[in-house]
Amino acid sequence: MSSFAQFRDAQRVKELVRMLRRVYPGGTLKIMEVCGTHTMAIARFGLRDLMPGGISLISGPGCPVCVTPSSVILSALALTDLPGVVLVTFGDMMRVPAGVGHDAAKTLEKRKAEGADIRVVYSVLDILEMAEREPDRRFVFISVGFETTTPGTALTILEAERRKLDNVFFLLSNRKVIPALHALASSQDIRIQGFLCPGHVSVIIGYGAYREIADRYTMPCVVAGFEPVDILMAVTDIVTRVANGSGGVGNSYGRAVTEKGNLRAQQVMDRVFKVVDGEWRGIGVIPLSGLGFRTEYERFDAFRTFLSGSQSSFSQPVEAQEPLGCRCGDVLKGIIIPTECALFGKRCTPTSPVGPCMVSSEGSCAAYYKYGA
Amino acid sequence: MCLAIPGKVKSIEGTTGIVELGGVSRKTSLQLVPDASVGSYVLVHAGFAIQVIDEEEAKETLAIFDDYYASLENRSEEKR
Amino acid sequence: MDGQRILLAHGGGGRAARDLLEEVIVPIFDNRCLELMEDSSPLPETSSRMAMTTDSYVVRPLFFPGGDIGKLAVCGTVNDLATAGAKPVALSVGLVIEEGFLLEDLKRVLHSMKETADSVPVPLITGDTKVVERGRGDGIYISTAGIGCIPEGVQLSPKRVESGDVVLVNGPIGNHEAAILCARESFSLEAQVHSDCAPLHRLMDVILAHVPEIKCARDATRGGLAAVLTEIVESSGFGVRLDEECIPVEIAVQGLCEMLGMDPLFLANEGKMVVVVPENRAEDCLLAMRSVPGSERSAIIGNVHRENARLTLKTPYGTSRIITLPVGAQLPRIC
Repeated sequence: MSSFAQFRDAQRVKELVRMLRRVYPGGTLKIMEVCGTHTMAIARFGLRDLMPGGISLISGPGCPVCVTPSSVILSALALTDLPGVVLVTFGDMMRVPAGVGHDAAKTLEKRKAEGADIRVVYSVLDILEMAEREPDRRFVFISVGFETTTPGTALTILEAERRKLDNVFFLLSNRKVIPALHALASSQDIRIQGFLCPGHVSVIIGYGAYREIADRYTMPCVVAGFEPVDILMAVTDIVTRVANGSGGVGNSYGRAVTEKGNLRAQQVMDRVFKVVDGEWRGIGVIPLSGLGFRTEYERFDAFRTFLSGSQSSFSQPVEAQEPLGCRCGDVLKGIIIPTECALFGKRCTPTSPVGPCMVSSEGSCAAYYKYGA
Repeated sequence: MCLAIPGKVKSIEGTTGIVELGGVSRKTSLQLVPDASVGSYVLVHAGFAIQVIDEEEAKETLAIFDDYYASLENRSEEKR
Repeated sequence: MDGQRILLAHGGGGRAARDLLEEVIVPIFDNRCLELMEDSSPLPETSSRMAMTTDSYVVRPLFFPGGDIGKLAVCGTVNDLATAGAKPVALSVGLVIEEGFLLEDLKRVLHSMKETADSVPVPLITGDTKVVERGRGDGIYISTAGIGCIPEGVQLSPKRVESGDVVLVNGPIGNHEAAILCARESFSLEAQVHSDCAPLHRLMDVILAHVPEIKCARDATRGGLAAVLTEIVESSGFGVRLDEECIPVEIAVQGLCEMLGMDPLFLANEGKMVVVVPENRAEDCLLAMRSVPGSERSAIIGNVHRENARLTLKTPYGTSRIITLPVGAQLPRIC
C-alpha cells in the first residue's frame, strides 16, 4: 500500500529531523518508550543517531517477555513433568533463562531438547486446533503480552468455551501498560520528560487512556506508530510540547489509533479477565497491572488447575531473583542503558544470556547488541 | 511482540478473513473488527485483526505534514 | 519390484536391496558407472587441483514450491564446488530412507536429482542406501559429496579480500526459507514465494571468464547473506558495509518477514552467490552476472573497508546499524 510505504520515506525523515532541531529547546530531554517494537524499530532504523544533542530515547519495560516473572517460567517447566501436558508458547519465551538460584539457566528450549512436548505458535488460536486433534492431551498456553495481545487470548478462551474444549488452559501473565507508566513517572530513580506511547496497545486502549498520566505528572504522552516517520513525528510533537510547557496527550498514529480505542477488544478482555496486582520481572509488584480470571472462566486457569493456587509472587526481593551482576531491572526501568551493565557483551550475550533483556526478540539489550544501537 | 502489520482483506467467511500483505496471505480472525469488509486494510497482530486502518487518515497526516513543512521552509526563505 | 513402500529389507543388502538398486535407482540415473554397481567408481577426470565437498539434506517438507530435497541435494553440493571455482566432476549420494516411505515419492526425489544433475551436467557415480525403522527417520535424509577440478590460476578465498573491494549478490534474497515457511502447514500461509534452488556453476563460469580477478565467492545458504558476510569479515579482518536500499528482496518475502518479525538478511537461500571483486571490476562483474539466466537481478550491495572489522548496514536514512548473527536458525530443518 503505497501510502503506508510513505511512512518510511527517507525524504520526510530528513525533513522531520530538520523540524526537530528547530523545535528542540536545548538541554537534556529524556523520552521513554515502553514498547518492545519501538525499541527494535528505533535500533533498526538507527534513529538515535538522528537525535539532536540532548534528546535521549530511553527504553522502558516494553517487552512483555522480559517482564514475565521467573515464577511463570518455572511453573511452565514444572508442568512439563506432568503426563500428557503440552506447553504452547510464542517463540520468544523459549530461550528466556528462569533466573533464580540453581534454576538460573533453565529454559523451555533446553527442556524441549530433553524431550518435553513444547510447541511454538504464531497465534494463540492455533492451540484450539491442537486440542481438538489430540483430545487426550492437555494443552497449556503461556500467556504473556500487553493490551495488544490480551484480546486475542480472551477471544481464544471464549472460543474454547464455545467449542466445549476441556483440555485447554492458560498460564496467565498478561500485563497492563498504564499502571507501569504511573510507576515509571513517579519513580525517584529516573526523571522522564515525556512518553512515546505504544502504537498497538493504544489501538486497543485508545489515546484518551494516557490523559491521567499527562495530567498527573504534567508530561506529554504521544502515541507513535512504528515507521521512522511515525516515530519522528511523535518525538517532534513531544519536544514541541516540552518546549511550550503544554504537556497533554497527542496522537501521531491517527490512521490506526482513536481516542476511545477498540471497544470490542476492551469488552472481550473485561468479560474474561479481572484486574489484579502484577509482578514485573526486575521491577517488582505494580498494583493493578496484572490480570486474573473471572469466576466463570476459572476452569481455564492453569495455575489453579495444575499448580494449586493463583500465580504467587516470590517472597524474595526482586534483586535476589537474578544472577549476581544482572541489571535487567535497571535496564527495564530506564535507569541505565544496556551498555552500562557490566555483563553486557561479556558474560551476557545472545548466545549465553544471563537475563531476559538479552534474549527476548524485543529486549533492550538484544536491540543494543544486535544493532550496535 | 506488538508486531502488527497492515494487510488487505481479500475475503471473509463468518468471523475469519484471508488477509494479504504483498503476496502473502493468511487466515486471520476478524472478531475484533466487525466493521471490516473486503478491501479494508486492517492491522494484524498474532493472527487477529485489531483495527481497520484509515487510509484517508494516513494520506491526510502526510499531506498536513508536507504542507506544514513547506510553509516552514517558505517562512525561513522569506527571512533570508 | 512389488509393493508401494520401502521396507527394511530394501536396506538390508539382500535380494530386496539389489532389486531396489537394479529396478529403481540405477535406471533412473542411467549412467555406465552406476550400472556396474561396483563398491567404488573411478573419477571421470582429475587434475592436480581438486576440490571436494559434502552436505546432508534434512529439509522439511520434502517437496516445496520451487524444488524438493532431491534438487536441493544436487544444487547445494554443486554450488559449494562452484564457489571454490571448481568445475563439478562427479557426485556421490547416500540415502537414509524411513521404512514405509512411498516408492512413488522416492522415484520423484530420484528423478529430481537426475534432472538437476543432468542440467549441470554432473554424473552421479556412486551411492549407498540404508533403511531405518518407521519412526526413526523422517521420510528421507540425503547426503551428497561432490568432487570438482579447480582450473589453473583460480584462487578464491576470503583471505584475498581487501579494503575497497565490492560485494555483489546474484538476485533477491530470502526466497528459499520463505518458501519453506509457507510450505509448512503449521504456519498456515499461502504465498507466491518459490525457493530459488538452482545450480550456480554456470554463473561462476561466466564470472571467471569476465572477471578473473574475483577475490572470493560464497553460497549464501543457512544463515543467509548475514552468515556468509560475517565469515568474510572474520576471515579477512576487514569490515563490510551494506547498503540496505541496494539489497534485492521480493515484495512477498518482505511481507512475510514483516508479518513474522524476521529479517531477510538471515534467511537461507539455495541459489544465491555472494561475490567479492576489486572495485574497478565491479561494473563489469555486474553486467556479466546479469547476463546469466536466473541472475538478472544481480546487484552491487556493499563494499569492503578498513574502518572497523564489522558487518554493518546503511539505512535509507543515512544511519547505520551492525548486523550480528542470531544464535540459532530462525527456522529448523531449512535445508
